[in-house]
Amino acid sequence: MPILMDRDREAVKREFEKLTGPVKVIVFSQELGSETCQQTEWLMKEVVELTDKASVEILNLILDREKAEAYGVDRVPAVVVEGAKDYGLRFFGIPAGYEFTNLIDAMVVASTGTPALSEETRAALGGLTSPVHIKVFTTPT
Amino acid sequence: MRLAQHMAVASDQVRADCIEANEFPEWSQQYRVMAVPKVVINDRVQFEGALPERDFLSAVLRAANGGGAPA
Repeated sequence: MPILMDRDREAVKREFEKLTGPVKVIVFSQELGSETCQQTEWLMKEVVELTDKASVEILNLILDREKAEAYGVDRVPAVVVEGAKDYGLRFFGIPAGYEFTNLIDAMVVASTGTPALSEETRAALGGLTSPVHIKVFTTPT
Repeated sequence: MRLAQHMAVASDQVRADCIEANEFPEWSQQYRVMAVPKVVINDRVQFEGALPERDFLSAVLRAANGGGAPA
């Protein structure tokens, strides 16, 4: 049974008109993981079907341990959003509800590589010389 | 979340994790998540609620410069 409703599909398709380059979502899952692992896989498969610019790869946290480490993923479900390169965009937990909007936004900005930030902000970020790891805790509603 | 994501795309130094708090209760407890959105930067600078771009940037720069306190 599809997770996305027709209304959601149409809204996502409209957002995906902004995509300019390929975008890949990598789902890290686990067979014995929570029920949300499978739901995350289904959801991401449905999302990438809405554009020919997106693709999905399903990996296993244990079997694909080297890749998980390379992406800095240590729990599931996790979703990595990659554009021309890995920009460091990660989702932990099923990106549903409020987070779904963020997922679609992440896919668009990863595809275009053009962040919607002020000149001042971009200049300041360009001067960073050490890693900055931002965690944002949210809930679906 | 949007600002964090766009900052990640703007700088190779920035990584942005969006975490579903209910699904990872231990992780949320570790960072004392009482309200969402809760933002934690480099495990040192943290705040609740949405901030304007300028203030969010200040928090990022403060964390990058070793400011704040260990979470």
